[in-house]
Amino acid sequence: MSQIPAELKYVESHEWLRLETDGTVTVGITDHAQELLGDVVFVELPKVGATLARDEQAGVVESVKAASDVYSPIAGEVVAVNEGLEAEPEQANTAPYAEGWFFKIKPANVADLDGLMTAEAYAKEIGA
Amino acid sequence: MTQAPRRTPLYQSHIDAGAKMVEFAGWSMPIHYGSQLKEHEVVRADAGMFDVSHMVVIDITGADARDWLRSLLANDVAKLGFVGKALYSGMLNEQGGVIDDLIVYLAETGYRMVVNAGTREKDIAWLKKTSEGRDVTLTVRDDLAMLAVQGPNAIDKVCAVKPDWAEQIRGLKVFQGLPFGEWFVARTGYTGEDGLEIMVPAAEAPAFFTALIGAGVTPTGLGARDTLRLEAGMNLYGHDMDESISPLEAGMGWTVAWEPAERDFIGRKALEAQKVAGVAMKQVGLVMESRGVLREGMRVVVDGIGEGVITSGTFSPTLKLSIAIARVPKATADVAAVDLRGTLTLVRVVKLPFVRNGKKVYE
Repeated sequence: MSQIPAELKYVESHEWLRLETDGTVTVGITDHAQELLGDVVFVELPKVGATLARDEQAGVVESVKAASDVYSPIAGEVVAVNEGLEAEPEQANTAPYAEGWFFKIKPANVADLDGLMTAEAYAKEIGA
Repeated sequence: MTQAPRRTPLYQSHIDAGAKMVEFAGWSMPIHYGSQLKEHEVVRADAGMFDVSHMVVIDITGADARDWLRSLLANDVAKLGFVGKALYSGMLNEQGGVIDDLIVYLAETGYRMVVNAGTREKDIAWLKKTSEGRDVTLTVRDDLAMLAVQGPNAIDKVCAVKPDWAEQIRGLKVFQGLPFGEWFVARTGYTGEDGLEIMVPAAEAPAFFTALIGAGVTPTGLGARDTLRLEAGMNLYGHDMDESISPLEAGMGWTVAWEPAERDFIGRKALEAQKVAGVAMKQVGLVMESRGVLREGMRVVVDGIGEGVITSGTFSPTLKLSIAIARVPKATADVAAVDLRGTLTLVRVVKLPFVRNGKKVYE
């Protein structure tokens, strides 16, 4: 069974979002996504300072099986990327909601988060 | 209409071992039991086991069996000097394309052939068609399961489970097998490691699987099987070659027995014509030292010479970089470029294989 933490937001392309206390939003791929991908062997992350539109390509995650694009689930400016994940991409498999985060974004409009899927809606979306 | 995938005698054993099952060639097979990378590593360093019961075992008997196989296969079964000896061969069509690749063993009462699961129906049809009117009997052995136990400690661990057979198993040379009643144990594999492929009566397979786990053999899935065989530079049918590809362009030239010249096997005339005209392409290995993963179907550009294609690509868990098998113009260079999701990326062109017995072997 996939883990779907209740406190996070989700999008159909299988990214999760967490609103931090400093107003930034941390983004990663869901447990379900990493299960579909299998062992992750490379990640490509966006550049710090890049401005991304919603659903714009933000990076790539490559597993032994396939390459998949990672999209920005919200519009804003990239303020940090997880360099540790580039060095140890398997963290996307072992800790998708913790050490396996991808990037942090300063949202153009924090209210954009409200329209995204709750854990319950995402569970329904993936048939969990 | 889609049929439910078939289950091997080890289906429940896989579920109990925590396998993620996928459909492969009409069968429900384990892709991994948690981590494909860890399973790959255990085969390089210790011992893993693959359920290969989906592959098709066919016993061949009858007075004409030898002559028929000598006309059917590009390699020559006359090379099989004693019972249990194995031969790898392509089975070609008249145009010289590869219908399948297979292993054939000399048995006490004829031959035993092992062909791919994905080509089961067309292979059996071809065997029947080409043996028509000859004294040849084909028996498909769906009553057997098959386990490939592979890795540097594989033989020791099998011997721990089958102590009565240990001496004979340890005496097997590479590409040799021995029957033990209804069982058949051969020192063959598809990983580039030492190990055994073991045919076992279906009803006895689950207990054997459990006993091997008890002896410290790790269940390993199709995912690891693919990365292991790719590192070992071994072809996968339907990817690295098929009916439209000549064995001479797919790294299988060594499996074609040209001598004796009078042996007229199916496809021989076409291959001889190709040799006269000159073979345009050849199989090579590609190594990418930058980030990313080479994938099947990607375009390969050899500067000033021409273009080729990746036939199998993956991330190599042993080498920690991406490797591929590719078909490129014969006059290739030491480097090439691969169209990696829109970006031409430099790769090295090397001789296969990449890995043998746990170690990097290409220059």
